[in-house]
Amino acid sequence: MITERFAGLRADLAFIAHWVEPGARVLDLGCGDGAMMDYLQVEKNCTGYGVEIDDARIPRCVHRGVSVIQQDLEGGLAMFADDAFDSVLCLSALQMMKNVEGVLRDIARVGREAIVSFPNFAHWPHRLALLSGHMPVSESLPYQWYDTPNLRCATISDFSDLADEVGLRVIECVALKENGAPVVFLPNWRGSLAVFRLRKK
Amino acid sequence: MTSLGNVKPQAMHFAEPLPLQSGAALSDYTLVYETYGTLNADCSNAVLVCHALNASHHVAGTYEGQPKSAGWWDNMVGPGKPLDTQRFFVIGVNNLGSCFGSTGPMHTNPATGKPYGASFPVVTVEDWVHAQARLADALGIRKFAAVMGGSLGGMQALAWSTLYPDRLGHCLVIASTPKLSAQNIAFNDVARQAILTDPDFHEGDFYAHGVVPKRGLRVARMIGHITYLSDDDMAEKFGRDLRGTDYKFGYGIDFEIESYLRYQGDKFSEYFDANTYLLITKALDYFDPARICDGDLATALSGTQAEFLVVSFTTDWRFAPERSREIVQALVKNERRVSYAEIDAPHGHDAFLLDDPRYLAVVRAYYDKVWHGLDTPVLAVRQEAA
Repeated sequence: MITERFAGLRADLAFIAHWVEPGARVLDLGCGDGAMMDYLQVEKNCTGYGVEIDDARIPRCVHRGVSVIQQDLEGGLAMFADDAFDSVLCLSALQMMKNVEGVLRDIARVGREAIVSFPNFAHWPHRLALLSGHMPVSESLPYQWYDTPNLRCATISDFSDLADEVGLRVIECVALKENGAPVVFLPNWRGSLAVFRLRKK
Repeated sequence: MTSLGNVKPQAMHFAEPLPLQSGAALSDYTLVYETYGTLNADCSNAVLVCHALNASHHVAGTYEGQPKSAGWWDNMVGPGKPLDTQRFFVIGVNNLGSCFGSTGPMHTNPATGKPYGASFPVVTVEDWVHAQARLADALGIRKFAAVMGGSLGGMQALAWSTLYPDRLGHCLVIASTPKLSAQNIAFNDVARQAILTDPDFHEGDFYAHGVVPKRGLRVARMIGHITYLSDDDMAEKFGRDLRGTDYKFGYGIDFEIESYLRYQGDKFSEYFDANTYLLITKALDYFDPARICDGDLATALSGTQAEFLVVSFTTDWRFAPERSREIVQALVKNERRVSYAEIDAPHGHDAFLLDDPRYLAVVRAYYDKVWHGLDTPVLAVRQEAA
C-alpha cells in the first residue's frame, strides 16, 4: 500500500517495488532523487544505498535520508562486495550505459537478485515510427535521435539473451504501459517499459 | 548571507594529565574554544567542528573591532548557513600544540619553567580527539549531533567515530583521507626540513634567542600552499604571467606565481609557530587508523555507529577522491549508513573552504536531515555567541 508520502511515486516504480522483499538489502543504481529507496526504506523496511551521478540529485537523496553514493556507473561497482545485496535495482538507467554488459556482470556479482527496466524499443508506436521512416519519439523515448542519452536500444527479446550470457536467469518479465499497468497480451508489442526480475544462476 | 557577528573565544583549563599516544603525557593544559548558537535542554544539538593544519577554534563570526577577522568556515557555519547556528550549538576547539591559544610549544613547561619549544610532546589526531572529548564532558555534552571537519579536521571526525562511537550521531568527513600517501609525507618532510635547517630554529628553542625561523616557515608554507591548489586553478589564476614586462635574468621575482607564493609564505611566517608546524605535520603523517588492523580500514571502522557524509573534490590531488572512496568503501563493507558526494570543483584541496553551491547544498541537506532526526528538535530562536 502506498501512503500519502509516496502518492507521487512513479507508476512503474510502484509496480516494481512489490518485487523487493521486505527488509531486503537494496542497491539502487541510477537512483535519481532517491524516491524509490525512500519508499523501500519507509514502507518495506529495506536498507542499502543509491548510486547517482547527477550533482543536483545528491542533496535531494541526502535530504530524504537515502544513503547515496555519487559515482559514474560506467566506473563499475568496485565499491561493493560480492553478494552484498539481496536486490540490485537498475531502473531506466541501463540504456544510457556505454558498457551495458560490464555493468550487468557487476550487478550479477554484487546482488542475488536484480530488477532491471528499460524502454522497450519494440513498443508498437516505435515500430510504427520506424516503418514510417523515422526514429521513434514517444513518452518512454522522449528524445530526438541526435540528443538522446539512450545509447542502447533494446527489446524485451534482446535483453533476455544478454541476461543469460552474464549469468542471470529471468524469473519474471513484465512489460508496463505508460500508466504502470502490466501488459498481458503481446507484451513486446504493447509494453513501453520492459521490466525484468533476474536471479543469479 | 548574514554572519554570526561578534564572537569571543573562551578558555578551559584541565588539571588532570592527558596521556598521549607516544607514551608521554601533558601534565595539565588549556583548550581555547568558541561556541555559537544555543545548547538545547537535553544537550542533543551540539556539533563539533575540527580544524585543519593552519586554522583554529575561530570557525565563524568576527572579533569585535576587527571586521576582517571572519572565521575560517564562516561560509559554512552561521545563522541560515549549511550548519545553521539557529538550530545547532557549534563548537570550535583549538588543538593542543597549536599556536592560537591552546597549550602549545610556546607556552611554559611547568616542569622546567621554560617554553616547551621542541620538547613539546608529539601529539596525534587521536590525542586531540581525547582532549576534545574532555572539553565535551566539561560542557555537559555526552553525545554530539555531529562531528565535522575538512582535511586534517576530517581525520579528527573519523577518529571520533572509532574512539567514541556512541558519542556522535553523524560524522562529516570532507576532503580528507584515511592516511597520508608517501607523496603527502614527502611534502611534509620537505616542509619540516626547511624549518629544522633554518639557523634561527635553534632546535626549537628560538623563543629564548628572540628570533623566529621565518625562512624555514616561509618555504614550508610555500610548499604546503602548492599542494592546496590544483594545476588548473594555478594556471587559471597565474599562468606564466610576468610580474614585470620581461624576463629579468636573475633570481628575483619574474612570475606572478612566485610573487604570490612568497607573499603567502611571508604572511604565514609572521603569525605561525615553527614548532607547531612540525607537530601538526607529524600528526598528519602518523594518522592511520587501519594500522592496528593490519592495514584493513574496514576492520578499523567496524566499531563505528555514526552515520556518515563523505565529500571529496575532483581536482584535489593532495587528498584525492580515491582516498575518500576508500573511506566510503570501508563503511559500505560494514553496512554503515553513508552518503558520498564527489564535487567536480576546479579549486583543488582548498575547495572545501570555498563557496561551491553543489557542495554547500549537500552539507545543508545533510544537516537538515540531522536536525529533523534529533529526538526533540527545539528551535533555538535566540542565537548566542557565547
